[in-house]
Amino acid sequence: MPEMVYYYDGSFEGFLCCIFDSYANKEVLTAIYRDEDFVPTLFASRAIQTDQSHAKRVFRKIVKCSPYTANLLQKCFLTCLPEKELSMYRLVVKLLREGPGFLGNFSDPVLHPVAKAVQHLLAEAHLLKGFVRFSELDGVLGGEIEPKNRVLPVLRSHFCARYQNEKFFIYDRTHKEALFYANGKAVIRPLDDFQMAPPDETEANYRILWKRFYDTIAIRERYNPKCRMTNMPKRYWNTMTEFQDASYFKAQSSPAAVSAPGVPAGISAPGKPPGHGPSAPESAL
Amino acid sequence: MDVLEKLTILTDAAKYDAACTSSGGTRGSKKGYIGNTSSSVAGCCHSFSADGRCVTLLKVLLTNRCIYDCKYCVNRRSNDTKRAAFTPEELADLTINFYRRNYIEGLFLSSGVFRSPDYTTELMIRALRLLREQYRFNGYIHAKAIPGTSPELVEQLGLLADRLSVNIELPSEAGLKALAPDKTKQAILTPMRQIQARNQQSKEELVKYRHAPKFAPAGQSTQLIVGATRDSDLHILRLTQGLYDRYRLKRVFYSAYVPVVEHALLPAKDVKPPLLREHRLYQADWLLRFYGFRAEELLDEQNPDFDPRVDPKCSWALAHPAFFPVEVNTADYSALLRIPGVGVTSARRILAARRSGRLHIDDLRKLGVVMKRAQYFLTASGKAAEGLRFTQDSLLRGLIAAERPLLPQQEAIQLSLFDPVG
Repeated sequence: MPEMVYYYDGSFEGFLCCIFDSYANKEVLTAIYRDEDFVPTLFASRAIQTDQSHAKRVFRKIVKCSPYTANLLQKCFLTCLPEKELSMYRLVVKLLREGPGFLGNFSDPVLHPVAKAVQHLLAEAHLLKGFVRFSELDGVLGGEIEPKNRVLPVLRSHFCARYQNEKFFIYDRTHKEALFYANGKAVIRPLDDFQMAPPDETEANYRILWKRFYDTIAIRERYNPKCRMTNMPKRYWNTMTEFQDASYFKAQSSPAAVSAPGVPAGISAPGKPPGHGPSAPESAL
Repeated sequence: MDVLEKLTILTDAAKYDAACTSSGGTRGSKKGYIGNTSSSVAGCCHSFSADGRCVTLLKVLLTNRCIYDCKYCVNRRSNDTKRAAFTPEELADLTINFYRRNYIEGLFLSSGVFRSPDYTTELMIRALRLLREQYRFNGYIHAKAIPGTSPELVEQLGLLADRLSVNIELPSEAGLKALAPDKTKQAILTPMRQIQARNQQSKEELVKYRHAPKFAPAGQSTQLIVGATRDSDLHILRLTQGLYDRYRLKRVFYSAYVPVVEHALLPAKDVKPPLLREHRLYQADWLLRFYGFRAEELLDEQNPDFDPRVDPKCSWALAHPAFFPVEVNTADYSALLRIPGVGVTSARRILAARRSGRLHIDDLRKLGVVMKRAQYFLTASGKAAEGLRFTQDSLLRGLIAAERPLLPQQEAIQLSLFDPVG
């Protein structure tokens, strides 16, 4: 069978159509790229048109063979695995050729990269369930994240259940998309640029309280930065309240208020209180 | 006193409590209420403090005023420290607003004993009731049951909280008598027994009536201080095992004693907290709960303490060379779990994988087996890892070297040329 490079529109359905067309044309795929990553090559290539009915047929077949794989593919499509489409394509080919027997073997050379990437996605999403920080502005909760994988579809059900009666959004800086939720409806939309508004007094006050709590809860005699970094890698610190510099804790919307009420004079609010355990480094990496 | 200062004092007073988990709750969200507890089986950590411990719950005391004089405690009445107390409104407002910003998973409410155990528990119940009923908080609540509280109040507390805990603190009665003269073993075990019985009863009722009230649905836990008294690891581990067997505890926490006060009966103030010992106890705790080990297998009267150099599972493996090597293609689940470097996940994966074909040494790493430890103790299809040669002696050295980078490092001490000699 001839070897071929396929291009598709970047959607999950488009990817399924690549599989459909590779079978229809009796071709073996050596690479699958998105249209926007197109580079002229010497290899024979083909641009695939997305056809919803073809995509549905492929997906129905995969679900019939193994519902587990269908789920795995949907998740893997969100990961940051390099050339994920090719790994996923190989998994489907093996599934259709051999049946689902090999899926129990986590170390299978075709399954392993896909399963591993999905594990990475789910682990990152699990961490972010805790590490997302919301700020309240005019009754709307907003948060920003910088994940490696596209975690928003995975996080959606968690946050929608938890903040059922709230309005909130989470902006994904890496993939430039945002999850919006209000009145029981959630959507994920691409969003090119987003800047969080500065906090008002109430918001700044809760940030100060949280920062103080975080700094106080650590036991100085047990100081163990390596353990903290293992559990909470530094790449998450960027968007977390605990690790922001002083300006993050100042209310800015009303210039009349110099210091938020409730902050006693003499205590530099966001800084480290003397003698209360090691504080987080001032600069976030 | 404003809320910021109260928060500082009451967090500082609560930080020595080790428990900070949000596991075990499966309550979905309710209309008109804020939050839920169904994050995942393992709970959800919202941050990690500079000492590497997870921050899940808003862990504070309701008040740090205390009538007791436990020698090891910062809040004892003879300690000259600033005292404060939250009003129920302040506490509820903090919890709700932290929770909405996703800072926390819920509230961990403990308290010093103010006036009497009953009076304190009543205050806690009032605060929790306000939070649950008026502020409509549906997230996780962990509450401390204070030894000596009357059963009726523990009952009310359990209906408001997801998890209850009674701290044993000192692992022996002699230790309690010497260091915590106001507490008795009986006063600690009575509420534990009650919580267990009531929890069981509530589970049975739930089978019969769907809307039966849930009593502490996430179970109960406790905490032991390690290193304040001379109790051996064997003693502590036996106690732990008894608590899991007889009281059905979800967790036993260990807290390496941090010398906060100078007292003749306690370790001196410059003694470092026994962090490695605490680490080994946690490792053994996991072996009891998930790996089918018994306390008597891990330690005995001849070796009452853990070897600080290797973890308890490796220690056991080194003492039982006849059990190894284990053939991964034929061994059953419990035998797989005994191999150092094989955990619950990798053992399950091995079981699933070998249904579709024989396993080889190279597959094991991909299945999640930690080969730098496991290689000495297993074979796959009759073969050990390639090029592996070892004697009993080099085996021990290999295992020590494998773990060393993972342990907290001793601080390097700068030697001075000018220190007085001798």
